[in-house]
Amino acid sequence: MAGGGDQESAEEGRGSPVGRRLVLGMLGLGVAGVAYGAGIQDKLDNVLASVSAKDPTGVTDLLPGGGGFRFYSVSNSIPHRGESDYRLTVGGLVDRPATYRLSDLRALPQTRLTRDVQCVTGWRVPKTVFSGVTLSTLLDAAGVRSEGTALRFTCFDGVYTESLTLDQARRPDMLVALTMNDKPVTAAHGGPVRLYAAPMYFYKSAKWLSGITVTKDVQPGYWEHYGYDVDGWVGKSNGRSDDPTS
Amino acid sequence: MAGAENSRAAAMVRRFTRAETWVHRSLAWLMGVCAFTAAALYVPQLAEIVGRRRLVVTVHEWSGILLPVPVLAGLVSRAFRADAGRLGRFFPHDWRWLRALVRTRRREPSLAGKFNAGQKLYAAFSVGAVLVMIGTGVLMWFPRLSPLFWRTGATFVHDWLALLIGVVIAGHVWLAAKDPEARRGLRTGHVPRWWIRQEHPLWKPDRPPPHRK
Repeated sequence: MAGGGDQESAEEGRGSPVGRRLVLGMLGLGVAGVAYGAGIQDKLDNVLASVSAKDPTGVTDLLPGGGGFRFYSVSNSIPHRGESDYRLTVGGLVDRPATYRLSDLRALPQTRLTRDVQCVTGWRVPKTVFSGVTLSTLLDAAGVRSEGTALRFTCFDGVYTESLTLDQARRPDMLVALTMNDKPVTAAHGGPVRLYAAPMYFYKSAKWLSGITVTKDVQPGYWEHYGYDVDGWVGKSNGRSDDPTS
Repeated sequence: MAGAENSRAAAMVRRFTRAETWVHRSLAWLMGVCAFTAAALYVPQLAEIVGRRRLVVTVHEWSGILLPVPVLAGLVSRAFRADAGRLGRFFPHDWRWLRALVRTRRREPSLAGKFNAGQKLYAAFSVGAVLVMIGTGVLMWFPRLSPLFWRTGATFVHDWLALLIGVVIAGHVWLAAKDPEARRGLRTGHVPRWWIRQEHPLWKPDRPPPHRK
């Protein structure tokens, strides 16, 4: 069996197949992790939440499930607009197209909502406060024509788009948001103005909102071209069963 | 000329063939791209700088799923197969190497063949980790393949194993950074004889590799 009586060479013969055992062991752990991971991560989230509350360095935020929001953007860089150059246009199938500056939006009646934010990739941030102008306020001001049935949202990152049906958009929890947690929405979070579609997965809440167009029918948005559901209700779409947020 | 060749041959020993250095180089590039895109998807500060999420996701998925290709292609090479066999098997001195590491916190070079026990464990860990990452990655890549419960579990495994892989690769790079001759071996295929005596004395490169029966 083993290599011919050579005293000096220590690596002859069969040895033990430690490499194969380690690989098979890892595969077994991987399968177990997939089977039990959902439960383990739930428990870990509680531990991490209490640890990160006392962690001044923010390092724990980088652990899986440890942080709040995660930054997702499909564009090349974070676009910045402010008081002087931000404009929101409302047009399409309306009687009175309009352009709003930030100060115009602030002058309209403000609605404040406190809800959980649920991302379609799984993370959830509890009790986040958004305030701004309801979509129905802007739609009433513009006067939607009878042939309009849907809205198309465009963004000043130049890439992202979203959509809602008119019925969805008229719900009282659909906002053009100006503040998040009682501070102006930051550029990284989609400011100065983003959509906040409270009852839907967060990809529906387009960042850097710059245009609302009333259309004849629904035109699917950016991620919806890549398989996401157009009607993004939390818990009732995208094959997920999260608790509703609104 | 012939003299220079001879003295070079006397001082240097072939540790890896060209096929093997190419397998390592391809793996290093793919793993580098895969790990960088992973960081750009995962670390918020980096995600804000990089953006372009859909492109980054695509590059991450493909660099990850292609990781086994250099290894499978390498299997064509006899030298690669022989070294893969060496990496996969533990001999009594490998167990002693591990015990010495635990006891003294130091690597004990006198107990190393062509690869020491740490390198053997690293190789096996890499194979296992890449297979698990591909399995869990595919579940997330094609969400309609599996129920949400599995996808949550797959995300759990993928995220935590990614952190562990990051630490282990950092260790791999750290040890390589400290040993220029080991790096030269993977760059040129050749290492100096004195280095073998010092770091891998149980390797007898002048004998034909042990054949298994």
